[in-house]
Amino acid sequence: MSLVSIRDVRKSFGPNEVLKGVSLDIAKGDAVAIIGRSGSGKSTLLRCINGLETYQSGSIVADGIEVAGANTNLRELRRHVGMVFQQFNLFPHLTAAENVMLAPTVVNKVSKAEARATAAEVLAKVGLSEKMDAYPSELSGGQQQRVAIARSLAMRPKVLLCDEITSALDPELVNEVLRVVEQLAREGMTLILVTHEMRFARDVGTKLVFMHHGKVHEEGAPKEVFAAPRTPELQQFVGQVG
Amino acid sequence: MLQFSFWDILSNLLIATQWTIVLSLIAFFCGGIVGLVLLFMRTSRIAPLEWFTKIYIEFFQGTPLLMQLFLFFFGIALFGVEVSPWMAATLALTFWTSAFLTEIWRGCVEAIPKGQWEASSSLALSYIEQMRYVILPQASRIAVAPTVGFSVQVIKGTALASIIGFVELTKAGTMLNNATFRPFLVYSLVALIYFCLCFPLSWWAKKIEGRLNVAR
Amino acid sequence: MSYKLQFAELLPYWNVLLYGLVFTIVLTIVSTVVGIAVGTAGAAARTFGPGWLGRIVAVYVELIRNTPFIVQLFFIFFGLPALGLKLSETTAAFLAMVINLGAYSTEIIRAGIEAVPKGHIEAGLSLAMSKWEVLRHIVLNQAFRKIYPALSSQIIIVMLGSAVVSQISAEDLTYAANYIASRNFRNFEVYLLVALAYLLLAMLTRSLLRALGRVIFKAR
Ligand SMILES: Nc1ncnc2c1ncn2[C@@H]1O[C@H](COP(=O)(O)OP(=O)(O)OP(=O)(O)O)[C@@H](O)[C@H]1O
Ligand SMILES: [Mg+2]
Repeated sequence: MSLVSIRDVRKSFGPNEVLKGVSLDIAKGDAVAIIGRSGSGKSTLLRCINGLETYQSGSIVADGIEVAGANTNLRELRRHVGMVFQQFNLFPHLTAAENVMLAPTVVNKVSKAEARATAAEVLAKVGLSEKMDAYPSELSGGQQQRVAIARSLAMRPKVLLCDEITSALDPELVNEVLRVVEQLAREGMTLILVTHEMRFARDVGTKLVFMHHGKVHEEGAPKEVFAAPRTPELQQFVGQVG
Repeated sequence: MLQFSFWDILSNLLIATQWTIVLSLIAFFCGGIVGLVLLFMRTSRIAPLEWFTKIYIEFFQGTPLLMQLFLFFFGIALFGVEVSPWMAATLALTFWTSAFLTEIWRGCVEAIPKGQWEASSSLALSYIEQMRYVILPQASRIAVAPTVGFSVQVIKGTALASIIGFVELTKAGTMLNNATFRPFLVYSLVALIYFCLCFPLSWWAKKIEGRLNVAR
Repeated sequence: MSYKLQFAELLPYWNVLLYGLVFTIVLTIVSTVVGIAVGTAGAAARTFGPGWLGRIVAVYVELIRNTPFIVQLFFIFFGLPALGLKLSETTAAFLAMVINLGAYSTEIIRAGIEAVPKGHIEAGLSLAMSKWEVLRHIVLNQAFRKIYPALSSQIIIVMLGSAVVSQISAEDLTYAANYIASRNFRNFEVYLLVALAYLLLAMLTRSLLRALGRVIFKAR
């Protein structure tokens, strides 16, 4: 049984069809790396999975919850599907710990003390124990992104969606974030990552998805797919970025 | 005939100023509460609520406050309720204030980056929770300066309550002028008192705004 | 509600309303044009003029912005004759409106001028433009583009505020409403109708100013 199942999803922005029938199955413990050219619909697909965007046809079921437009129980869905953004989107008026504690206390009605213990645990996991009381403006980009990961982890999500989470970082900060994600993958967290880091996709991913013109153009085990791309589009893409 | 000394005039004006202050405070706080409710409605993305607030704001921002005072004064009377100038002025000023505050605050809410909405909804926060814990704490920081600035408009707005017969500073000025025939002195004093009420607020608003710009 | 609204009783007074409407429109247009001219001069004086002039302008701006329009109007109409300056209702209304909008637009335009980067002025001067040419072609041009929306809203606010001139019997739209109400006692109907007329006027002015802005600033 797959944890996230995407069936023939179509999505248009006005006349512009961005997803043209995407199907994908993601099993528990998978680390799916989605690659593809800019504009191929990677972000849109990710945002459909946690209901930030709606889609016109097809179906998405995540952790048993059907993501289907207006009558989806978005709150329930998002308790189980976390998301980390390219631009971090930390809440600037809250400290690192408060950022992490917010959703557990407000949504899950966990006590402050318990939430703080969780925050300490997840911040330790991303290597930021000593920054609990720092405000986002006092942290580097890499640290901010690790807080953002910790913030999602505090909800104990079944799936974590990551949309180019290292693209806004200076090159020397990329690795500290990737290491955290790699650690999560090793612990068996189900991950769906949109990424431009090809080496990371190959080494950490358990499954590679190449999107092209709003479709899953090629998919398979990362090492095999990279070693021998079947379609000319992926060959070209790998040639360009790799 | 009764003789009014300078001090008589001034003390009478100052007594009436109390009513200007009371009316301003009530209008500002009641207007703020109504404005906050309208703000939630206006940004709720629920079409009927948004439409209602849009029309409400259009009406109260697009018609003279004086007309609104007249409409409340004569409109409530149609329901067979005894209307005092006090009641009409309070209601009109409250609604008028709320419309402007809603628009000011909406601007502040919209200045918060979209990513903050997306991140908080990805954490399963409901709309009300997003507003309460993520958006409003940030928006309120930038809202202080324009809100204080608008309080000056409220104080000046209360002057129109004089026209429907509410005795506050302006009305007291008119009455004293009729009694003393010293319009230059009376209206200079009236203007001076308003200035003393409004200028510190204007100055404060400007100072907060400056500090916020430096903090960026 | 047992009361029946009767708008038909307003019909005989259509010419009174029309006169008031035209008065309000003319009052708004004239005070906008003259007020913005005053504001431009005031803003230029505050930013480029000698210190003493700047301070006088600052006092004028703060005095007007921190007192109610109705008090300014009463001061001009009732107070000034005591100094030997007797004005008709209409003149007093126009004067008060110009002085009021002049102060607000001074402040708005000044903010626009100060937002123009210093480098642009230096670039203009380096191109051998005179100070005056720099002001006209570089500073004011950019400043007005930037503050046009703020100025437009202020014009509408002042137009709605002009309802107060009825209190010195200047014969504007509100005066017409008061006049009719005192004849047929249909207070609510009259004021509702006139309020809607103002609303229409405000919406019209807004679209007109927006269209005008597109024409004036069509480059870019
Ligand atoms: N909110 C929106 N409104 C209209 N069009 C949109 C919107 N969001 C995305 N698009 C369009 O959808 C298409 C796919 O965008 P998407 O962001 O999913 O691409 P992507 O694969 O994530 O690209 P990138 O690598 O640049 O992030 C693009 O053509 C984009 O212009
Ligand atoms: Mg993207």
